Amino acid sequence: MNGYTADEIMTVTASRALRDGMTCFVGIDLPSAAANLARATHAPNLVLIYESGTIGAKPGSLPLSIGDAVLAETADAVVSVPEIFNYWLQPGRIDVGFLGAAQIDKFANINTTVIGANYAEPKVRLPGAGGAPEIAASCGEVIVITRQTRRKFVERVDFVTSVGFGDGPGSRKYLGLTGAGPQKVITDLGVLEPDPVTCELVLTAVYPGVGVADVSERTGWELRVSADVRQIPPPLESELAVLRDLLATLPNADREGAAR
Amino acid sequence: MALIVSLPEAIAAAVHDGDTVAMEGFTHLIPYAAGREVIRQGRRDLTLVRMTPDVIYDQMIGAGCARKLVFSWGGNPGVGSLHRFRDAVEHSWPGPLEIEEHSHAGMANRYVAGASGLPFAVLRGYSGTGLADRAPNTRTGIAEIVCPFTGERLTAVSALTPDVTVIHAQRADRTGNVQYWGITGVQKEAVLAATRSVVTVEEIVDVLDPRPGAVVLPAWAVGYVALAPGGAHPSYALGYSARDNDLYVAWDAISRDRAAFGRWLDEHVYGGEGTVSEPASGEDTTSERAGKAP
Repeated sequence: MNGYTADEIMTVTASRALRDGMTCFVGIDLPSAAANLARATHAPNLVLIYESGTIGAKPGSLPLSIGDAVLAETADAVVSVPEIFNYWLQPGRIDVGFLGAAQIDKFANINTTVIGANYAEPKVRLPGAGGAPEIAASCGEVIVITRQTRRKFVERVDFVTSVGFGDGPGSRKYLGLTGAGPQKVITDLGVLEPDPVTCELVLTAVYPGVGVADVSERTGWELRVSADVRQIPPPLESELAVLRDLLATLPNADREGAAR
Repeated sequence: MALIVSLPEAIAAAVHDGDTVAMEGFTHLIPYAAGREVIRQGRRDLTLVRMTPDVIYDQMIGAGCARKLVFSWGGNPGVGSLHRFRDAVEHSWPGPLEIEEHSHAGMANRYVAGASGLPFAVLRGYSGTGLADRAPNTRTGIAEIVCPFTGERLTAVSALTPDVTVIHAQRADRTGNVQYWGITGVQKEAVLAATRSVVTVEEIVDVLDPRPGAVVLPAWAVGYVALAPGGAHPSYALGYSARDNDLYVAWDAISRDRAAFGRWLDEHVYGGEGTVSEPASGEDTTSERAGKAP
């Protein structure tokens, strides 16, 4: 890419999806960078909420973990872990949540638990659920950020850690999931969004220099493509400047690729 | 009423082979010194309970203390995998590790139920996930329940009632009242859910003057208090120490390799400075801090 990395355009795209005044459940890594970029640019009143119980955190430097001191020191309120999930997330007080994925399927179900068909003898043991299942259930909407490969974008995930649209139309209602579910999947190629009728992820936008065929090739199911695929404008110099300043504040900024 | 004792005495008295042990602290105030003391005393067959096993349980699992792990997120925050945990699950090294897996909200509510003296807690969660699917067969403590008032289908999670909970706090007074602040996590619930408890503290003071947002555990609700300055390292104690992010990053290489991990154990747990026990007087207790053991 010209003048910016895949991580940078993913982060900028995620940042642009956040509107001023929203309440946002933030994870570490790209989501934290995206939310803090939004707060430093177009969304100064974005409310950052981390699962450690820090509500309204305004970190001047990016945290490495969701529980770094800078979050507690700059928060409007610090609450216990049961409280953040029971009083704040569960009733739908949080507008948008970010999730990552080790696998994601065409109905945007997410796996962060095990790779391999046999749970008891996994090929790869992943970290597990964390806050993700309830973020997926109860945030107003979810934005997924993940790199796109055929191994990752699969017809059916090996394990459903967090529900997107389950088996398709009607699943979320049947399961009692109150939020709208994943509304954007931001990858290193572009953006997929759920079809409002079929709930299947559809390619709706690509980055400069990326073709539709490139995305299909890196999708493990027969990817449907919007009739009107939008081209995402490249990151502005001003966005990149702020983002790079933020990333330079990460505690492990000098370790190449550490935040991945 | 809390007994103020040395860390080795507290662990010897409260943590036994075969126990269910919760060592809580959500990124902040993780009781690392106590974890190393459990390793040092050679405890075995523990059921380790913790929302985020973190590097503290990676160390204990790698050292062979655990038979089972009850958890909700097993990674090295911001860095990657917990390699000792993965080696145990994927290759049964140093022994097989049974796992009981939840979400954060589920684990938090299980502690709430335990602290409340109830057999279960209710939440809107798990439905449609593989975690719930596994429950009927494996007794992981997740079941569907119908609200008797509205008919809504909800999820019940069974109470967690550890034999012993271990936490780290900023301060205690000389009676054993405990005070901690900053990110307070799930420690209050974990202590009140447990039969026994150990609290390591940065310092013991005459008077616990108020701090914004602080949690106070009354001395009569705490089992043992032990002085362990720097005892949260490489986690941190707000107002006393900073999170040692470099060590969390460095742990990736140490834990990736069985031999490197063995050398770490020899150097930082079984030998040298790690074995220092804290003087009861509270004087000159900086050894753990200076030791820089992750």
